[in-house]
Amino acid sequence: MIMKYLQIKTIPSIALKSLMAFSIAFLSGCETDESQTVATFTNLVLDENFDTEGAPNGELWSFDIGTGIDGWGNQELQYYTDRPENVQVQNGVLLITAREESFEGSAYTSARLITKDKFERRYGRFEARIRLPFGQGIWPAFWMLGADIDENPWPGAGEIDIMEYRGQEPSVLVGSIHGPGYNGGDAISKEFTLENDRFDTGFHIFGIEWGPDFINFYVDDVLYNQLTPEDVDEETDGEGLWVFDKPFFILMNVAVGGTFVGPPNTETQFPQTMIVDYVRVYEN
Amino acid sequence: MKNYKNINIRFILLLSLGIAIISGCERDFSDEVQFATFNNNGDIFTDAPVGLTDEFFDSFDPAGPNPANPEGFGTDDNVAFMGTSSIRIDVPAPDDPDGAFIGGIFLDRGDGRNLTGFDALTFFARGSTTATIGEVGFGTDFEENKFAVIAQNIRLSTDWRKIIIPIPDPSKLIQERGMFFFSAGSQSTGGFGYTFWIDELRFEKLGNIAQPSPAIFLGQDISNEVVNGMEFMITGLTQTFNLASGINQTVIAAPGYFDFSSSDNSVAIANESGEVIVVGAGSSSITAQLANVGAAGSLEVTSDGVLPTTPPPARLDANVSSIFSDAYTNAVESNFEPPFGGSVTNLQRLQENGDEVLVYTNNNFTGIVFNNTLDGTDRTTLNIDVYPLDASSVEVQIRDVGANQVLETNVITGLPDGDDADRRLLINGLTPGQWTSVEIPLDGDLAAQKNNLGALILAGGPNFIFDNIYFFTE
Repeated sequence: MIMKYLQIKTIPSIALKSLMAFSIAFLSGCETDESQTVATFTNLVLDENFDTEGAPNGELWSFDIGTGIDGWGNQELQYYTDRPENVQVQNGVLLITAREESFEGSAYTSARLITKDKFERRYGRFEARIRLPFGQGIWPAFWMLGADIDENPWPGAGEIDIMEYRGQEPSVLVGSIHGPGYNGGDAISKEFTLENDRFDTGFHIFGIEWGPDFINFYVDDVLYNQLTPEDVDEETDGEGLWVFDKPFFILMNVAVGGTFVGPPNTETQFPQTMIVDYVRVYEN
Repeated sequence: MKNYKNINIRFILLLSLGIAIISGCERDFSDEVQFATFNNNGDIFTDAPVGLTDEFFDSFDPAGPNPANPEGFGTDDNVAFMGTSSIRIDVPAPDDPDGAFIGGIFLDRGDGRNLTGFDALTFFARGSTTATIGEVGFGTDFEENKFAVIAQNIRLSTDWRKIIIPIPDPSKLIQERGMFFFSAGSQSTGGFGYTFWIDELRFEKLGNIAQPSPAIFLGQDISNEVVNGMEFMITGLTQTFNLASGINQTVIAAPGYFDFSSSDNSVAIANESGEVIVVGAGSSSITAQLANVGAAGSLEVTSDGVLPTTPPPARLDANVSSIFSDAYTNAVESNFEPPFGGSVTNLQRLQENGDEVLVYTNNNFTGIVFNNTLDGTDRTTLNIDVYPLDASSVEVQIRDVGANQVLETNVITGLPDGDDADRRLLINGLTPGQWTSVEIPLDGDLAAQKNNLGALILAGGPNFIFDNIYFFTE
């Protein structure tokens, strides 16, 4: 590919249409020549600014508690709780804090917030303004799962990782999709490196523009990837299924250890906090 | 609403105050005043030295007790990471007649550079083998070294690798002459010389150096018993940054980067040089900040106040051969700070009420080496007045250096070698906060050999005060 990313000013604006034309041109490496339909998302349907101190708004957020099966499928080391030590709204931001402490048989605690059964949507612009933690073995994420996951287990339900990040690579963001035929270590992913800056020293906006047959990944004013059913076909030799035409819910968490990052080491400083300024969803 | 109004009034008051101060500044510094700003070029070596002195390389002393080898420095037009030339450094073997290690500095040829816009010294390095460079840094100018920075154990690859040495606090470097510093020996290669090359040496603004964690005393919280008048340095000063690679890079930072403070200035003062001076009885906590970030590590000093006077020596002059005492004339002069390799001991000669005492801090081992040997044939005992500053113990080794008059110690066992003999005593269990006269009989191996007494070796402690050191006849 000639250019790794495109610089734009405002994703949702009218500029998006012309931008999409650009991106099609530059993403010719994907070998999709057909014209694509592009949605613009301007109707704000979720505006979570974390303005109420204390526990996060229960009408929007639930919690995953415990260690799941096999450390949430990734051999993660933390025990998720809903205690204020691990999750709290303070001064207009959400704090998700990973701690090193012995708790219910785990060596670390943290929190995972989900909007399952409370906020589930198909398509739209999903974004959050976040300052990330850092250090070996720290694994924060802002991501989505198919809302039918109870009937249609992972990877069938589908997963969109708007932001994943390894604490030991503080300038590198990873955006991915998982589905049948492309999941876990074989997910379709792209890394984005923030030049001369890092994600743990200031807030950055992580988002996707998701419509029928495409998901655009962006950070701040940079669109760094577009994934389409054609990409899935190409990456999986036609075996993979595009599963992103149904409602998804939002997750936010800070994991410790696990297959994606490896365990913390003696230099990893605890506690580590992911600070979320807002979560916003726009639709057509 | 009332609150709101108050805040407004306060704000206006503050604002007007600010205006007054600002306009005051404008009056003081008219257009005729020009503040000096120094060269802010970050380049040091690209294909040639950039703005350095004509000497380019200023070696450590080639004639000192540990002579540096100035021969191995040059440039190499056959090797370069970028462009046409690199710096080539040939690290000597330990038996090289020109010196066993190579090291020195590069100085700015002008008045110094303004490095406040950078956050790291960077360069590309490549080795002839996968050796480790002992020390690399900047800020050493062979004068004050006020903002010296040293990174240790830089690992070389046989391919080019970028080395990043973060600046602990760039805002301090408004006029820095020390552009580069290195010191390399063959410790990591089993005594075989090797070559390394440096290219594209410059100060850079990387923007991805973050999460500072400064430390004093290497991050340890320590506590020391002290007395008034004691002076010692705050040691173990480091700054650590997380690099974009995820690596935590620690550098040794000069005291000039830190702001030191004492929780009680009536007990102890911490000055900008990183020196603590004990001035009164009580407790004080010594802490530090670097660029407004609190440093890990602290020192709690508890001062007993004025050092009590020693028990008055009561032996007759004729029965005493004194080494260190205000009560007797010295039988022999001594070197109290002998150049023992590996010794990290601090010695302070403290005057209190006209009496001079020897304050040892951070002692691992040191000695009192007599300028001439002393014939102790007629003496039976050594007296030392000891004031312990902690609960640990110090070993005194009385050494007879034999007929050859040379202090000979087995470097592996620490025992006397050749014709030397000694008598050792571990001094422990003393009551803190008071003087105790410790008497060591000249028996054991010294019973038959004490006519060439040459030294007292002091091991351990690490903190104690000695006075009235003399041999006597019972």
